[in-house]
Amino acid sequence: MQVQSYFSSLDNLDGELATLNLGPTHPATHGVFQNVLKMDGERIHSAEPTIGYIHRAFEKIAEHRPFYQITPLTDRMNYCSSPINNMGWHMTVEKLINCEIPKRAQYMRVIVMELARIADHLVCDTVIGVDTGALTGFTYMFQEREKIYEMFEEVCGSRLTTNIGRIGGMERDFTPAFYTKLRDFLKGFPARFEEFNSMLERNRIFMDRCIGAGPITAERALAYGFTGPNLRAAGVDYDVRVMTPYSSYEDFEFDIPVGENGDTYDRFVVRQEEIRQSLRIIHQALDNLPAGAYHADVPDYYLPDKPDVYTKMEALIYHFKVVMGEVPVPKGEVYHCVEGGNGELGFYLVSDGGRQPYRLHFRRPCFIFYQAYPEMVKGAMLSDAILTMSSMNVIAGELDA
Amino acid sequence: MTITNNTLLAAIERQFPGVVQSHGESYGMLTLETTREQIIDVLRFMQESPELEVNFLTSLCGMHFPADAGRELGVVYHLHSFRHNLRFRIKVFFPSDDPYCPTATVLWPAANWMERQEYDFFGIQFTGHPDLRRILNVDDLDVFPMRKEYRLEDGTRTDKDDRFFGRKGHEGREFD
Repeated sequence: MQVQSYFSSLDNLDGELATLNLGPTHPATHGVFQNVLKMDGERIHSAEPTIGYIHRAFEKIAEHRPFYQITPLTDRMNYCSSPINNMGWHMTVEKLINCEIPKRAQYMRVIVMELARIADHLVCDTVIGVDTGALTGFTYMFQEREKIYEMFEEVCGSRLTTNIGRIGGMERDFTPAFYTKLRDFLKGFPARFEEFNSMLERNRIFMDRCIGAGPITAERALAYGFTGPNLRAAGVDYDVRVMTPYSSYEDFEFDIPVGENGDTYDRFVVRQEEIRQSLRIIHQALDNLPAGAYHADVPDYYLPDKPDVYTKMEALIYHFKVVMGEVPVPKGEVYHCVEGGNGELGFYLVSDGGRQPYRLHFRRPCFIFYQAYPEMVKGAMLSDAILTMSSMNVIAGELDA
Repeated sequence: MTITNNTLLAAIERQFPGVVQSHGESYGMLTLETTREQIIDVLRFMQESPELEVNFLTSLCGMHFPADAGRELGVVYHLHSFRHNLRFRIKVFFPSDDPYCPTATVLWPAANWMERQEYDFFGIQFTGHPDLRRILNVDDLDVFPMRKEYRLEDGTRTDKDDRFFGRKGHEGREFD
């Protein structure tokens, strides 16, 4: 479909090159970043991405915050699936302090993280639909995404930037209303999701638009540091949940879908299948949800019950120490990664024993794979480039940190 | 054959005697330190060696230890061999008045933006980088903000405001 060698020489040029600023506030970029395109008619001769429009210096701020205050920073990276970021960060700290989390809390985390993955993939896949001209699926599936947000609200009180869970486990147990909402969702969602899927997956127009748009080979994808659905669409079955299981993912049975061509269509199909697999995981976790505590017994990091703070001296002291960050932390360096909505989301934490990290580096999957974009759209039509960008699921918050 | 931390370390030391300046394990992850003169050769060897197959650059990040004279700045590479599912990290350190480190873009195009980011944050000059410009901060910023000497301005912090402890406000006003 697209001719990679189209511009191998400038002989093909029809007329002169035009410069087109795509972004930073173009509706089709779904985020604040800019591409300066050199256009030959409708074909892209070269693209020059400019990023950093919402850079908020998270790594610098993190060096000045106690650990529990860093969680809200992670919310604001991939804000389509904040709980995964939150819990990835909590697990990093738990690894540093050698804290074993009760099985129940791990399963609860899995349920919340998989809901977040569904919400994240829903946004991406429906937006691919929007960019090919099918708005209905987007509005239809956003009703389902709304239900996921209502569940988050039930667990933590927030919807988008969740700050969900705590270092040491969950902040509170699932409420009865959460179980009701989750069961309703598990009952109703699959049928509506398959309806959405049937609108697009074998739709002639959709397939013509997506197949062959913005392809990348497995080799190039690996060289560019791709992870997550974008890498799997290129045919590499790398998934952190399987390679380095965390939070008891080894207890669940699920498949890793892979594509072949690494194009927009494969990325779409891989994400669609991952939504089904996430549902499988949620079913298993819910059916086998162990009894027990929903957080570990780590009074140095986990806030005591509020009634105890008002009535018991010890609880008051611990509350004060946790809130003021007056807790000694082990020295050391630790890398922990989780399978985020976009790929491997890593946290490299260097602790010098102080109340704040000495250095905290975020491995943000978007930031790493977005640099392949100019190569992927070279020689493509402008409308394919838009589609390629939305199918890569570049989230500006994660891109810029 | 499965590669463990020990066999990996042995393979590197066999290929490059004396290149590993120190090593240890931190939370199960092998951590090596080498020099910037050798780093690209070591990385290339691991990438090309058929038994190691370290094919994935997970992340690359700068470090700043201002108190550590002569080795204030550093770069930490996190690598991953998908074949053996083995992760490890390699560090190099160098003085902040000589902030040069060879680029890893010759091995992985993924290193391009990673290095631009660390240049932007720490001012590490990656020699041989095809396009070493700031990436997240504005082009005309004249500092490297992640260096430790730049303190975070924290004008919004109010949790230690005297007024919240029933005292006079910090501007002498009564708190009502």
